[in-house]
Amino acid sequence: MNAHAALDAPAPALAPRAGLPARAGVSFKPAHFAAIMGEDPAIGFFEIHAENYMGAGGPPLRMLAALAERWPLSLHGVGLSIGGEGPLDRAHLARLRALIDGFAPAAFSEHLAWSSHDGVYYNDLLPLPYTGATLARVCEHVDQAQDALGRRLLLENPTAYVAFEQADWAETDFLAEIARRTGCGLLLDVANVHVSAVNQGFDPMAYLAAFPVGLVGEVHLAGHAVETDENGGRLLIDAHDRPVAAAVWALYAALIARVGPLPTLVEWDADIPDWPILRAEAEAVEHVLATGGGHACAL
Amino acid sequence: MAGALLDPARPAPTRDARRFAVHRNNVLAGLVDALAETCPAVRALTGEAFFRAAAAAFARAHPPRSPVLMEWGGAFGGWLDAFPPAASVPYLGDVARLEWARTRAYHAPEALALPLSALGAVAPGALAEKRLRLHPSVRLVASRFPVVALWAETTGRAPRTALDLSRPETALVARPEDEVTVRALAPEAAAFLSAIVAGGRFGAAAEAGAVDPAFDLSAEIAALFAAGLVTALEP
Repeated sequence: MNAHAALDAPAPALAPRAGLPARAGVSFKPAHFAAIMGEDPAIGFFEIHAENYMGAGGPPLRMLAALAERWPLSLHGVGLSIGGEGPLDRAHLARLRALIDGFAPAAFSEHLAWSSHDGVYYNDLLPLPYTGATLARVCEHVDQAQDALGRRLLLENPTAYVAFEQADWAETDFLAEIARRTGCGLLLDVANVHVSAVNQGFDPMAYLAAFPVGLVGEVHLAGHAVETDENGGRLLIDAHDRPVAAAVWALYAALIARVGPLPTLVEWDADIPDWPILRAEAEAVEHVLATGGGHACAL
Repeated sequence: MAGALLDPARPAPTRDARRFAVHRNNVLAGLVDALAETCPAVRALTGEAFFRAAAAAFARAHPPRSPVLMEWGGAFGGWLDAFPPAASVPYLGDVARLEWARTRAYHAPEALALPLSALGAVAPGALAEKRLRLHPSVRLVASRFPVVALWAETTGRAPRTALDLSRPETALVARPEDEVTVRALAPEAAAFLSAIVAGGRFGAAAEAGAVDPAFDLSAEIAALFAAGLVTALEP
C-alpha cells in the first residue's frame, strides 16, 4: 500500500483485519514453556484460552508475560457465552479487558455459541438456532463486548452435533450478517467446518465458498475424533487431541489457494504432545502458506 | 436444553440423543477433568473410577457459576466429608482441601518478600505490637489427621510410612516464587500462624504458640522469612 492510499483511505473505527501475522501459530501450553523459551522457534503467534489466565498472579501470568515479549498473542475466549439468552457477564468482560490491557494481544476471538445459562457455566460451546431473534441478541452481545473490550472481536464458527428444527439462516449468512451489523471480524475454524459437514451432511467446500472470507482475521485447525452415532453414521468430535486430519488439510489448502495467506492456528488442548510434534504441525501450516496452498489441486 | 446437560435423568431435548450426548459428555468430562487436575492425591487415594464418579456427582450438585474454572471446586472437600461412599476414608476431605489450597496459592497475587534483616529495624520491645503481613498465597489447612504426610506419601513426594492417623497436622501452603510449597506445622506452630494470618499482633500470636512448651518461636520466625513468606511489618 502506498502512502497516499493510506492517507486517503477512510479510517475505519475498527481495523478491518486483526493484527495477527499471516503465519502459523499454535496453542500455548505451559508444559511447552521451557522448550519454547529455550528454542525460540519460528512461530508466528501463540494463542491462549483467556479463562486460564484469569488468576491474580503466579506462573501462568509470568509465562504469558514472557511470551508476550517475543511473540504476538491471540487471546481466545471460551466462556463469554455470546450466544446465550441472558445478558453478558460484566465481571467476565472486565476480566477479559484486564488481560487485553495487560498483554496487548494482537487479536481477541470468541465463539458463536453459549456456555452459561441461569447463572450456571456449562463448560462447553453449545449451539444456538439461527433465527431473527438469536441474530438480534448475538449482535447486541457482540456490540457490548466490543465496547467493553475496546477492540474488534473475531467470532468463530461453531461445531455442530445436534440439528435444530427451526433455522431461518444458513450459518455462513448468519455470521456475515453479524459482522455487517457489528463490524466484528470472523475466525474461520476449518476443522469445525469439516466436523459439522460430516455430522450434518453438507458439502464443506460449498460452505467455504459461501463464507465471507474477506472478514476472516484468523483460521483454526485442529484434530478431531471419529465416533459412531446410534444409526451407525459417522459422528466427528471436535476433540483437539491429535494431529490435523488429511481432510481438514485439504480444505485448508484449498482455502489458502483461493484466498491467500491467513493467520492460522493449530489448536491442541487435550492429550498434549511433546513440543516438537506441535511445532511440526505449525511447520506444515507454514508450508501451505508459503506455497499458496500448493497441493490443494492434487488433494 | 441447559437443564438436560447436567441431569442424566432428563431426556435429550433433541431427536438425536447420541449427538446431544456429545455435549453432555463435554460438560461433565470437562468438569471432572478440571477437578482431577486439582486433586491428584484424592484420585490416588480413591482410585480413578471412584474419583470420576464422585467428581461427576459433585459437579452435578455444585456446577460452576463462572467460566473461570480455576475458581471452581473449593466446596469439593466439604462435599466429600458428607459423601457416604467416602465415609471409610475420613481424611479425604482434608486432602481435597489441601489440594484446593495449592491451586489457590498457585494463582495468588505476587508480592515481594521482606528480608530477615527488616526485623533489625524494629525498636526493641516494639515487635510485640507489630503485625506480620504474609504472602498473599499463604493458606493454612488444619486437619485432625496427618494431612501433609498423607498428601506427600500419596503423590510420591515422600516414601510410604506407617502413618499414625491420630496425629494432627496443619498444612502451610504458599507460593512465594514459581513453586507451590507445603510444610507440615505442629499444633503450636499452627496456633501461632493462625493468629498471624487472622491479623493478630506478633506478641499475641507468640503467646498462642507458647501455650505448648515445645514451641520454638525464633525457629518459626526464621523459617517464615527464609521461605519468603513475610511481606510487611505493619504497625
